Amino acid sequence: MTNIQWPELIIFTILFAVVTVLGFVASRWKAGNTLDHLDEWGLGGRKFGSWITWFLLGGDLYTAYTFVAVPALMFSAGAMGLFALPYTIIVYPIVLMPALRMWSVSRVRGYVTPADFVRGRFGSPTLALLIAITGIIATMPYIALQLVGLEAVLRTMGINGSGIVGHLPLLVAFIILAVYTYQSGLRAPALIAFVKDILIYLVIIVAIIYLPSKLGGWSAIFDAADAKFDKTPSQADGILLNANNQLQYATLALGSALALFLYPHSLTSVLASRGRSVIKRNMVALPAYSLVLGLLALLGYVAISASVSPITNNATGKPDTNTVVPVLFDTQFSSWFAGIAFAAIGIGALVPAAIMSIAAANLWTRNIYKEYIKKNATPGEEAKQAKLASLIVKFGAVAFILFIDPQFSIDLQLIGGVLILQTLPAVAISLYTRWFHRWGLIAGWVVGIGWGLVMLYNIPNPATGKAHFGGSALKLGDLSIFGWHPFSGSPVQIYVGFVALIANLLIAVIFTVIARQLKVFNGTDDTEAEDYHADEHDKDLREIGVH
Amino acid sequence: MASGKADGKVRGFQFSPWNLLLIIPLLVLITSLFNSDGPRLFGMPFFYWFQFVFVVVGVVCTWIVYVMTKDKPTSERPDRLSVDELDEGDVK
Repeated sequence: MTNIQWPELIIFTILFAVVTVLGFVASRWKAGNTLDHLDEWGLGGRKFGSWITWFLLGGDLYTAYTFVAVPALMFSAGAMGLFALPYTIIVYPIVLMPALRMWSVSRVRGYVTPADFVRGRFGSPTLALLIAITGIIATMPYIALQLVGLEAVLRTMGINGSGIVGHLPLLVAFIILAVYTYQSGLRAPALIAFVKDILIYLVIIVAIIYLPSKLGGWSAIFDAADAKFDKTPSQADGILLNANNQLQYATLALGSALALFLYPHSLTSVLASRGRSVIKRNMVALPAYSLVLGLLALLGYVAISASVSPITNNATGKPDTNTVVPVLFDTQFSSWFAGIAFAAIGIGALVPAAIMSIAAANLWTRNIYKEYIKKNATPGEEAKQAKLASLIVKFGAVAFILFIDPQFSIDLQLIGGVLILQTLPAVAISLYTRWFHRWGLIAGWVVGIGWGLVMLYNIPNPATGKAHFGGSALKLGDLSIFGWHPFSGSPVQIYVGFVALIANLLIAVIFTVIARQLKVFNGTDDTEAEDYHADEHDKDLREIGVH
Repeated sequence: MASGKADGKVRGFQFSPWNLLLIIPLLVLITSLFNSDGPRLFGMPFFYWFQFVFVVVGVVCTWIVYVMTKDKPTSERPDRLSVDELDEGDVK
């Protein structure tokens, strides 16, 4: 730790301290009667208005990792990395209608997690358990990735120790986060998200105006990127897509968009809002972040034209491309502004990490603890259980970083995306129809997850020398259905999650038809048709946070 | 738990033609529409600025749907197609 950047580190630490205070104060902010209820601790009292929801959802969906990894992908692969932009363009139009129905039915029936809804819709604890486990497993590496973003910033500021010592500052940051999340629940990230976003917007606006003017304009920046990709031996990179990766680009954007609101943490933020109009307004206003995301992605090219080279991670001994944006800020900005920028990314890691751990804790409490361990748990016991679970989840995520290569947590997140997409039929389609049979949904889930994992396992990554789990792009020519290759020889690539989802739906339809023929009982539906349209001013809505 | 809902509530599957506008942003998935370098805008290849423009297209479409469907039930008529009718009913 020889070259510590003191001015940056000091500003970073001050802003971090401000946020910590906010995190503890948050427990009293818009407080209800009690924090000992999942409605209050896990959903902030279900009463957030448009602005808070906007910051909360934005802070939740656009994570530190997005801000670090998307530019890093642009830096090394070019146009393919921009898939994150169409992904966030289409997600809100797609999700608007289902999110409204989910909010209403959850408000009426008191659901806190997507698995709660499935449990109520089909009366099947088994199907709900599958959804809950998928959610927890997909969320854990996602939290770990937030740490990767935080660590990239810390390493750029000179805290780049080797071994366990190198992870120590990260551990300290996470203990602080864990304690105030335990204390304040969802109110903590909601309040901190304000600070995070103001900082992020400030940094981006400055970066996007100042850096191009310093480096000769956008034209020069794109030409520099083009020249770099021309020199690499790989055919897959470039500032435009090629014939083989266009389908991958589109299906990855679509698959990611469909997956986004299946993640338990995005649903947590939706359910925390006050009413349907709040959600609708947010679906209109959230793309403001998409513009930020797109501009940030372009910083990957700016880094190329500024001749940035990634920092070597002393814990793994390999260059870490996730540091390109922090290094760019470090070399181009004055140190005090770089400090602000790093704080923006660092705090940007805390908000989603907090929401994700709350969502995972809710899943554990509602769909595993209450369902299988203590059936008659009171709301107070539920809240206590969730608080404890949120601690365990966070330290699980830290363990990912401490004991395994961060690169591995990125692969796990990739797998998580494919897995969570397999809950689409049970969670999203069931909002509209109970046509699918619960056994069909279970069979579809098994096949989608199983086949998805097999396909991911068989994808190599020649660039990093890995034989398995090398990416999510499957060559159509390699698509094998029990040894039959329908697209033999085709080099066109497609997103694995999309292929697995199609298989999932197909199996679900087949099993549903069979189950219906055999007149197998399809569970009791707790929900009623009008539940899906309830709104905040309905007179007979259940009270919130009452024991 | 709420039960015994008063009548006059919105129920079943609702559809407003305005919702169809939500399909337009999906055009951004057709990459062959914009996968080219020219014409550039402010030095930015078409591939990039086209997608930035589509952020705005997405916002406009979602906004129109929000404005046109807010504060009223999406259908005046009693709903004919309920969620349970989509189901087979007797199996339940």
